[in-house]
Amino acid sequence: MIKKNNWKGWLYLAPIIILMAVFTFYPLISTFSIAFMKDYDYIKQTSAGFTFDNFAIVLGLAPTNPEAPVELQGYVTDVVRYAIPNTAIITFVTVPLSIIIALAIAVGLNSIPKFQKIFQTIFFIPYVTNSIAVGMVFAVLFDYNGIVNFLLGTMGREYAWIDLGAPTWKAMIALCIYIIWSSLPFKILIFLSGLAGIDKQYYDAAKIDSAGKFKTLMHVTVPLLSPQILYVMITSFIGAFKEYDSVVGLLGKPGTDATKNMYTVVYYIYDTISQNNVHYGSAAAVLLFVVILAFTGIQFWVSKKRVHY
Amino acid sequence: MSNKEQLPVEETQNERGGFASFLKKTKAAAQGAFQSIAKALHRFTSAGRYEKMLASPEYKATSVKGMVLVLQESGQSVKAIERAQKAGRVVSLVVTYAFIGFMALVVLFPFYWMIITSLKSTTEIRQTQQTFFPNTVLWSNFVNVFKWFDFVTYLRNTVIVGIISTLGTLVTTILAAFAFARLEFKGRDFFFILILATMMIPGEMMVITNYITVSYLGWLDNVIGVFSAMIVPFWVSVFYIYLLRQNFKQIPNELYLAAKVDGKSDWSFLWQVMVPLAAPTIISIFILKLMGAWNSYVWPNLVASKDEWRLITNGLRNSFTTTTGDPQYGLQMAATILVTVPLLLLFIFFRKYIMRGVGRAGIKG
Repeated sequence: MIKKNNWKGWLYLAPIIILMAVFTFYPLISTFSIAFMKDYDYIKQTSAGFTFDNFAIVLGLAPTNPEAPVELQGYVTDVVRYAIPNTAIITFVTVPLSIIIALAIAVGLNSIPKFQKIFQTIFFIPYVTNSIAVGMVFAVLFDYNGIVNFLLGTMGREYAWIDLGAPTWKAMIALCIYIIWSSLPFKILIFLSGLAGIDKQYYDAAKIDSAGKFKTLMHVTVPLLSPQILYVMITSFIGAFKEYDSVVGLLGKPGTDATKNMYTVVYYIYDTISQNNVHYGSAAAVLLFVVILAFTGIQFWVSKKRVHY
Repeated sequence: MSNKEQLPVEETQNERGGFASFLKKTKAAAQGAFQSIAKALHRFTSAGRYEKMLASPEYKATSVKGMVLVLQESGQSVKAIERAQKAGRVVSLVVTYAFIGFMALVVLFPFYWMIITSLKSTTEIRQTQQTFFPNTVLWSNFVNVFKWFDFVTYLRNTVIVGIISTLGTLVTTILAAFAFARLEFKGRDFFFILILATMMIPGEMMVITNYITVSYLGWLDNVIGVFSAMIVPFWVSVFYIYLLRQNFKQIPNELYLAAKVDGKSDWSFLWQVMVPLAAPTIISIFILKLMGAWNSYVWPNLVASKDEWRLITNGLRNSFTTTTGDPQYGLQMAATILVTVPLLLLFIFFRKYIMRGVGRAGIKG
C-alpha cells in the first residue's frame, strides 16, 4: 500500500510544488545570486560579473562607482543613515512596549468577571482593519492642527508631528504609537489563548502562599505563558524588521521630505526595483534575511533557559 | 517562612533582673539593630539573599530559640480580615476595569475620529478649536469622494483578485494538507519540513525575483497579465497548509479505514468526508485570505501600473498623496470608511472564524 501511494502523494502535492518552485525556491536562489552580481540589469538581463561589493555598497562602505573620478563616486547612504537606524528604533521601541501592554490587557481581561467577551472583541478590531487606511486616520490625528496637538495644547505648524518640517523624532513617536496600536490585537489574542490554558491550581497555590497580585503575575503567569511570549516575540521582531505598510499609510512617501527621512530597510529594497538597482536590493534582502535568522536563533537559544514548556 | 515574618522578635525567656539581664538586653538590641540594617540593605540593594543572611555569623550568633513569630494579621478578628480582603478585591477590580476601559477607548478612538472627521467640513477639521462632534453634519463628503476615489473600480478589482486567489489557495491547501496528513509516501516529512522552513524567509527575498519573473512573462502590460501577477503567486500559503494538516490529523483514522473498506477512493474520501469535517478551519482560511487580498499593498503597488488595475488599498493611498496645500481630510476619511467598513462587516459576521483562525497560531501544535 505504501508503495502504491508513492506517486499519488506527489500528485496531490504537484500544485504547490510547481507554484513554490517558481515563486519561492527559484526566487530564493535567484535573489542570492543577484546579490553577488555586479551591475545587474533586470530589464536587459545582463551583469558585469561576480562581486562581493554589493553588500559593502549597500552598507555605505564602498562607492557605487569606484572606477570614476573621486568626485563622481556615489555612495548609497540612505541605508546607513536612515533605513537601519529607523528600523532599529521601530523594532526596539515597539516590540517590548506592545508586548508589555498586550500582556497587561490580557491579564486584566482574564481576571474580570463581566463584559470579558465584549472587551475581547473591541481589542481585536484593529486586527481587521486596513493598515494603509488606519495609517491615514492616524495622520489626521497627528496633524499639526489635529486632535493630539489639541489635547496637548500645542496647535500650529511649529508643533507638527508628521507634516512637512516636523522633526524626525516626533514622526518616529507617531509611527511607533501607530505600530503599537495596530500590533496589540494579535498579541492579546495569543496571550488570552495561553492564559486560558493555565491550570487554576497554580493560582490557588500562590494564594495559599499569600503571594501578592504582582508576585503571582511575575512568578506564575509569566513563566507559564513563556511559550506564547516567545512566539509573539519572534513574530513581532520579524514584523518590526519588515515594517513598511504602516510607514506608507501614516506618512505617504517617506523618502520625499528631507527633514524627516523615514526610510526603512524594506522600503529601500522596494525602491531599488523602480531604480533598476535590484543587485543592491538583493544584497539588502540577503542581509535582512541573515539578521532575522540570527535574531530568531538568539531568541530560541535564550528561551532554552527561560521558556517552560 | 519568609524574611518578613521572622523579624518582629521579642525576648521572652530568661527574664532575670540585674546586670546580666541588662547586658543581655543590650546585646539583643544591638543584634536587632544590626538585623534591621541588614534587612534595609537587603531591600536597598536587593543583592543580599535570604540564604546569605542565614549564613552570616551575625545571624548565627542570634539566639533563634528565644524568638516568637508575630503574625501581621494578629489582633484582628476574622471578620475584619475578610472585610479588608473584600475591599482589596473590589479596589483591584475597579483598577482593572478602569485600565481595560481606558485601553478600549484608546483602541476605539481612531475609528470614532475617522467617522466624525468624514462628516466635517475642511475648515472645521483644521480649526484650532477641535470639535468632538461635527458642528454641521456634512454628508456631501460621501458623495464627493467618488470623484477622487474610484471606489467601484477598485472594489471590483479587489473582489476579483480576492475570490480567485482565495479559491486557488483553498484547492492547493486542501490537496497538500490531505497528502501531508493522510497519505504515506517517501520524502513526505522531509518535504513538509522544507516548506515549513520557507515560512522563516522574509517575503522581501522573493519580491525582487518575482517581479523580474512576471515582467519576463510579459504580465505587466495587459489586464489579464497584471491580474495573473496579483493572483497566481499567492495560490500557495504554507501557514494554511500547516493549519489544515493539523485539523485533518485530528480526524480519526478509523473513518479513513472504513471508507477504504467501503471502496471509496482517496479523492472522494477527501471531498466527501474530510472537507466537510474540517469546514470551520476552511472557512477561517477563506476569510483570512480574503482579508489578506483586501489589505495587500506592496505587491499590487509594484505590478499594477495603471490606475484602473489597482486594488482598493493602492487606490486609497494613491488617490490622496498628490494633494497640494491643505489635504482634504474629510474626503480622505470618507474613503477610509469605504475601505474599512467591508472588513468590519466581515468581522461582525465571521468573528468566531476569524478569531479562531488567528488564535490557532498561538497554540503549539
